[in-house]
Amino acid sequence: MLCSICQKNEAKVHLTQIVDDKMQKVDLCEECSKAKGVTDPAGFSLADLLLGNTQDTAEARPAPKPGELTCSACGLSQADFKKSGRFGCPQCYTAFGEGLPGMLKTMHKGVRHTGKIPTALRPRKDPGDQLKQLNRRLEKAIQTENFEEAAHLRDQIRALKQQAAPAS
Amino acid sequence: MSRDLQTFLSKPADAARRTGPLDHIVLSSRVRLARNVQGFAFPGWAKKSERIRALEVIRSAVDHLPAMTEGFSESMDNLTGIDKQILVERHLISREHAAKGAGSGMVVDRAETLSVMVNEEDHLRMQSLRPGLQLKEAWRAIDELDTALETRLPFAFSPEYGYLTACPTNVGTGIRVSAMLHLPGLVLAELVNQIIQSVNKLGLAVRGLYGEGTEALGNIFQVSNQMTLGETEVEIVERLSKVVHQMIEHELNARQKLLEEKPKVLHNHIGRAFGVLSNAYSISSKEAMNLLSLVRLGHDLNMFPGVPRAVFDELQLITQPAHLQRVHAGKLGAEERDVLRSDLLRERLKDVARPVAAQLTPPASDASRPSGAE
Repeated sequence: MLCSICQKNEAKVHLTQIVDDKMQKVDLCEECSKAKGVTDPAGFSLADLLLGNTQDTAEARPAPKPGELTCSACGLSQADFKKSGRFGCPQCYTAFGEGLPGMLKTMHKGVRHTGKIPTALRPRKDPGDQLKQLNRRLEKAIQTENFEEAAHLRDQIRALKQQAAPAS
Repeated sequence: MSRDLQTFLSKPADAARRTGPLDHIVLSSRVRLARNVQGFAFPGWAKKSERIRALEVIRSAVDHLPAMTEGFSESMDNLTGIDKQILVERHLISREHAAKGAGSGMVVDRAETLSVMVNEEDHLRMQSLRPGLQLKEAWRAIDELDTALETRLPFAFSPEYGYLTACPTNVGTGIRVSAMLHLPGLVLAELVNQIIQSVNKLGLAVRGLYGEGTEALGNIFQVSNQMTLGETEVEIVERLSKVVHQMIEHELNARQKLLEEKPKVLHNHIGRAFGVLSNAYSISSKEAMNLLSLVRLGHDLNMFPGVPRAVFDELQLITQPAHLQRVHAGKLGAEERDVLRSDLLRERLKDVARPVAAQLTPPASDASRPSGAE
């Protein structure tokens, strides 16, 4: 069997990895395995090897083509995003906002965040609304027999009630 | 803050003695959050100077968290290759992070249950790691750390998309909940691929020991969520914990079935594994891990009466490349390591009696039954 990389030497190192549910196999000769740093089976990823991933962030970047959509905050172009699959900065989510929901839909359960919100950014609802919402969540938690969550919510409700009625 | 990693980290013998619920099958539970800070480009796109500036700001905020008092904090360029690899073998940093240098850093708390990678793919990757099945506890701990940190750093957050991450596959909650499972029964019964496929269908990923793109060494599999947007953190944690309970059930059934239907095959595998481990004069890391997995299975089946499981767990840790090298100062070639590894195994196993006939008894207190509480 010949080495998967140089296709010249006899493969001596045979590696198998499970990525998601797919089995990946690669056969390397001794030289290529050394060159790729494949000496510890735990210390590298086949995906990186096969896709040639490198994490080099050059100081100089190729200028985007004129007319191409770019992020005004960080200069990332659509082509850059396509290449790496990574955004350049938080503002990219606005700059490339148009196609975003379509893409997120293929990756996630929904396209809107329903989880944790930083305390400072939580909408300052009046305590009554907040209390109602917490009570709804508490009911749901009890229905689904999620008692740990329920206990947690009960504490939050108690704290909120104490805040709303300052010690007189 | 402690300066020297090797004196900071617990000894392998102590690390192997940590216990948690259902830890005969669930080696560890982990919850990781990805966060970024407003005003800086993501690490993969930022210029080096910007990355270094971001590291300073972020690391100082993390260092001053009450949870990190007496922790260990270091810039990646100040750690040796062996130090970084040891951190990977302890699951405190990712393999990707180990490859980073100046402009990236890491912080670990004194108990080695919380760790923060600065400038990995995102500005912050913070995780809570616990032995056994403790996903909810791990989520609670990292949630707390995150809440403490948000008062010190302005996180990039959008009301619509949640926490903004470099890769849109992590946006929203930025959460990855994962459990490391030891599934030798399913592997021996050739059922593991089937299980992996059905878990995949639930939108969960199954990976090898060191995360993305790594080999399933030692019959160890990592199950984790893939989707991070459109569900709450608690929903994700609960779904994963339900699936893990089911996988445990399948693993126990597979073991029971092997014991009933193919006892000779099972004893043969475990007996040979013990034979090789305790008699070899050269053994690779990969072979050692795979055989130690079988011996650990033997331990679960009461084939090593009176031997604490920590003996095998410690071996699993100290026979890994970086842990082996640290005992013997200086860089060793792969062949020298294989010889040293076998010396270590023979020495440690010399007083362990050879395996007796297996018997499957439910682990203490019948903890294997899934119940409402984790």
